[in-house]
Amino acid sequence: MNPVKKLLDLGEKHFTGSGKFSGLAPLFDATKTFFFFPSPKTRCTPFVRDNLDLKRFMSFVIISLMPVLIFGIYNTGFQAGLALGESYTFSQSFLLGLRYVLPIIIVTYGVGFFWEILFASIRGHKISEGLLVTGLLFPLTLPATIPLWQVALGISFGVVIGKEVFGGTGRNFLNPALTGRAFLFFSYPVSMSGEVWVAATNTVDGFSGATALSVLAPEGEKITAVLSNSGFSLAELFFGLVPGSIGETSAFCCILGALFLVITKIANFRIIIGGVLGLSITAIIFYLIPGGNESWISAGPLYHLCAGGFLFGISFMATDPVSAPGTNIGRWIFGFLIGFLTITIRVANPAFVEGTMLAILFMNVFAPLLDYIVMKYTISKRIPNV
Amino acid sequence: MSEEKTNYIEIVTRGIWKENPVAYQVLGICSALAVTVKMSTAVVMGIALTIVTAFASLIISSLRKKIPSNIRIIVELAIISSLVIVTDQILKAFFYDISKQLSIFVGLIITNCIVLGRAEAFALANKPLDSFFDGIGNGLGYSLVLVSVAFLRELLGSGKFLGFNIIPQFIFDAGYQNMGLMVLAPGAFFIIGLLVWLKNSLPGISKEKR
Repeated sequence: MNPVKKLLDLGEKHFTGSGKFSGLAPLFDATKTFFFFPSPKTRCTPFVRDNLDLKRFMSFVIISLMPVLIFGIYNTGFQAGLALGESYTFSQSFLLGLRYVLPIIIVTYGVGFFWEILFASIRGHKISEGLLVTGLLFPLTLPATIPLWQVALGISFGVVIGKEVFGGTGRNFLNPALTGRAFLFFSYPVSMSGEVWVAATNTVDGFSGATALSVLAPEGEKITAVLSNSGFSLAELFFGLVPGSIGETSAFCCILGALFLVITKIANFRIIIGGVLGLSITAIIFYLIPGGNESWISAGPLYHLCAGGFLFGISFMATDPVSAPGTNIGRWIFGFLIGFLTITIRVANPAFVEGTMLAILFMNVFAPLLDYIVMKYTISKRIPNV
Repeated sequence: MSEEKTNYIEIVTRGIWKENPVAYQVLGICSALAVTVKMSTAVVMGIALTIVTAFASLIISSLRKKIPSNIRIIVELAIISSLVIVTDQILKAFFYDISKQLSIFVGLIITNCIVLGRAEAFALANKPLDSFFDGIGNGLGYSLVLVSVAFLRELLGSGKFLGFNIIPQFIFDAGYQNMGLMVLAPGAFFIIGLLVWLKNSLPGISKEKR
């Protein structure tokens, strides 16, 4: 018997029944199932197909986020070095990035678990594992320079208003991480937009920390040309050594994560493909409209795919099984409309250069309606055959 | 006499707390969203609505036996709108700045569900003085929510209280920022929702409801 199990068995009697800390039973249970499979087993048929419970489900998402996270940490340091005019080695960049990113992640998990444990203890249910993913997704959507108290406030809002008031994980109709980000975006626009994307205070002259999406070409020049000249060529946007939120910059790492999620059947490929299709088709339509050469209208689908947080959002946020539709046709429509709305917000509304967050939240609200319509339609098709 | 007195207090406190029009009956939300960015407008709006509700209930209750029931809505609206117009004109005459900030919302008191709701639900079936105090209680209940929401929104959204900066500069220097969401209408939604949550989770409030 290993020492962890021994320790947990020793403490168990204090947390169960009328033990001293029975109020903290959810915390104990969460700790225990973190290390071991839960002990209650199904007694009779039907049996579940495999042991992919919620906790392991969430661990898979965490694994898929690793490339994005590691690259994000490196890129944070790399951008800071670029802005300071110094050339850091890989490990120097990584350590510098870690200094910015790690506190954000620690604060997110700390504050998030505080709320989670509070609600679980009051309501007497188990601590759900949803926060493991939310707590990693949320920091990745933030700029590295964000003040830590705002991180705490944002994740509090996301967990409490986005999830717990509706009854906890599984009952939230909005993605909690995005809810928290939207709260910060509208509450503290100074920390969430403009030139906050590079973690360096004394930048070299003429260095702009803006993201690719806020680039506008001067009159008479093409946006694509201006983008490649200012360090946002298609390859740079694809591999992600550009300023942006911690996790969103690298399209390549997002695709890696998305592939992993689709192969392990955690994420539904219909949402991702639908989203990419929706984005591409809308971008092509805007591309074909004459005029608007100097704005993102004429950037074309590839640029739109690689720039900004679309691939991150559609891979990790939109595929959240709770807030996405549950029917397959619903998923196609859901993804497609996210892509469509992202482009529409990007090119038609200069106030929000990045539309992915708003598009996903908006479609989250519509997900139950999509399911309802699809089910009604399916049933109406079925009745004549009865 | 003493019995009747406690009765009035009960009527008033019921409107303020137990059956609070905004927090319990969810009436009058639209103006609660619109005029609560600043304390001053919320206070004036609360007073205006309290007066209108109280006197509308009083007048309608005095006439309740004369009003034919099939045209009662028209009669009630005529009474309420006369009172609203008087209030609006008084505000324009003596508090022009605030009246300008409140803009259309004073005129829209007539469509505020609380006034007509109290007239329909209480004044038509109760004595004039009872109805008057019921109107005062509901008006004060509305004002209570309005003022609390406005207090939080003004404090968090612009760092002010009744127009004065009360958050000292060194806190801003330390990295504090005003919460922009509170100045937008959704901020009021969140605050009202959280206040209702707080009220319902206080002990002794919602026992019978659950």
